[in-house]
Amino acid sequence: MKIHEYQAKELLAAAGAAVPRGVIATNAREAQQAYEQFGKPVVLKAQIHAGGRGKGRFKDSGADFGGVKFCKTKEEVGTVAEVMFRYPLVTKQTGEAGQRVSKVLVQEAADIAREVYLGMVVDRNAGVPVLMACAEGGVEIEEVAARNPEKILKAKISPELGLVPFQARRLAFELEFPPEQVPAAEKLMTALCKVFIEKDCSLAEINPVAVTPAGEVLALDAKMNFDDNALFRHPEIEQLRDESEEDPMELRAARAGLSYISLSGTIGCLVNGAGLAMSTMDIIKYHGGEPANFLDVGGGATKEQVTEAFRILLADPRVKAVLVNIFGGIMKCDTIAAGIIAAYKEVGFHVPLVVRLEGTNVELGRKMLAESGLNIQTAAGLTEAAKAVVAAAAA
Amino acid sequence: MSILVDKNTRVLCQGMGKAGTFHAVQCREYGTQVVGGVVPGKGGTNKEGIPLFNTVAEAVKKTGANATMVFVPPPAAADAIMEAADAGVQLIVAITEGIPVLDMARAMRFLAGKSCRLVGPNCPGVITPGQCKIGIMPGYIHKPGPVGVMSRSGTLTYEAVWQLTNLGLGQSTCVGLGGDPIVGTSFIDLLRMFEQDSQTEAILLMGEIGGNAEEQAAEYIKQHVSKPVAAFIAGQTAPPGKRMGHAGAIISGGSGTAKEKIAALRAAGIVVADTPAELGVSVQKAMKK
Repeated sequence: MKIHEYQAKELLAAAGAAVPRGVIATNAREAQQAYEQFGKPVVLKAQIHAGGRGKGRFKDSGADFGGVKFCKTKEEVGTVAEVMFRYPLVTKQTGEAGQRVSKVLVQEAADIAREVYLGMVVDRNAGVPVLMACAEGGVEIEEVAARNPEKILKAKISPELGLVPFQARRLAFELEFPPEQVPAAEKLMTALCKVFIEKDCSLAEINPVAVTPAGEVLALDAKMNFDDNALFRHPEIEQLRDESEEDPMELRAARAGLSYISLSGTIGCLVNGAGLAMSTMDIIKYHGGEPANFLDVGGGATKEQVTEAFRILLADPRVKAVLVNIFGGIMKCDTIAAGIIAAYKEVGFHVPLVVRLEGTNVELGRKMLAESGLNIQTAAGLTEAAKAVVAAAAA
Repeated sequence: MSILVDKNTRVLCQGMGKAGTFHAVQCREYGTQVVGGVVPGKGGTNKEGIPLFNTVAEAVKKTGANATMVFVPPPAAADAIMEAADAGVQLIVAITEGIPVLDMARAMRFLAGKSCRLVGPNCPGVITPGQCKIGIMPGYIHKPGPVGVMSRSGTLTYEAVWQLTNLGLGQSTCVGLGGDPIVGTSFIDLLRMFEQDSQTEAILLMGEIGGNAEEQAAEYIKQHVSKPVAAFIAGQTAPPGKRMGHAGAIISGGSGTAKEKIAALRAAGIVVADTPAELGVSVQKAMKK
């Protein structure tokens, strides 16, 4: 789960991090009031989950700024905020339609002497969280990692102890903080690690960390993702969820206990198991089609789940054909066939359906589908199924 | 021979709820020696003829169990894994899906230095066909034979095994590594075991997007594996930044793509199947090479 920048900063501040003063505005008037409160230049920051805000543009607005804009005057705050609230923000991560902005962070503009990068992820190989730091802030860390991996400093963090003082001190000196700034740098790193471990983050980034001429070390920007599997023990994080940022179909699927990702093709897929679901998308593409989605109904999907899955697939107007690929293991193919037939009748199919069943009681399952009198094409193998659904979608 | 489990393996089941009990019975029907279940507070009773114990330590002491399968729900699953390790269980197969990543990070540190092996979590389990099944895979699709199978996914493994069986190629042992970011057993651990196992003549490796376990495996195979290896990577069409069902199946920061993994495997001389319809025949191809 993702949260907004301002929410991430609140979590960091509560853990002891220094963050710039900021106020959340939900309209242009509130943005101007916030400006007056600070009595000095501010930065307006559109709050959306997608990255690349700064380089983004507000669709059809004609404005030449992105989701992060420095403003000197009250009038400028008003005009910029009007645009931010009115037009969707398009970035490299939002897709063409862009994302509506409902909150703008009005942040006191900071004098910046220097920028640094701090980030934290779970290192799969080491099996522990790792704190990453880079003396070049404000850059895309993936690019640094590809170009100059030696510039990324790392510390493995014990999930029991958190960041221990020497690690913070070592990183601060390696980042070439002057001795008088080291305590402030340590404090920020400690806060980042504390939030990461206590709240079960999957990613936490402060990019950039800003060092002011006065020697303050501030979290100028912040990004946080959380481990969905740990949300059960963090109701306070679950409350930060912004459903307007999520794909409505993905949200609906999640509520039904289905794992669904919406894509841009024309062939809807319904599969049991994540690996088989990905492979099914791949084989559709291999035979010239484009998958419309990833959908894993799980190992023990019920008739209700299959029905809801069909509804979700068919709600997408781009879907021209549907492929069901099920390997019946513990779940028998005849049970699955019964579910498909019932769901088919209930949902009212308007596009061709190709079903490939394999596994336990497959003959019985195929027979049931064939004798159902419904417009269901059965396929014996994966290749045959993929070719059939690609042809059906193109017809 | 085989790896990890055989007819002498004595198995416990931790978590005897609906799923745990169902699968414990299925395993027993396959021929696995299911010697006990662990349910705190239910010790001394039995379920479906399986004696229950309050703790893993007690169960091990009274049954001589040397393996366990964990069905305990996510909030307590890491604890169950640590309990099994502490009780001296040699093989811990964690089926549970949805364990918080940091719980696993802590559990892995608890396991470090102990002699036990963890398979999973979020995996279908381990099976040595005809001898021992620990997990949720359908037993009948397997048949004893020469192919070692390892995979990060469940149903994709069944697909592969079914193709192999239909081609007349049986399996030595099939192991699901699990779909989570932190898992107990890696491709490399299993490659080492399959390379040493006299029954295994060829290996099928099924990976997916996310992380770099497949690249590491490719490097290891180049250096240390003499047996033929075939592979498949799921997720060639997966978009970046999206978690594809498995918590570990995500392309992040442009790394962990199927393309990189396939290139690494091919560079190591491994036969990589173009589509999931060719999992079985790719093993045949590798064996003829």
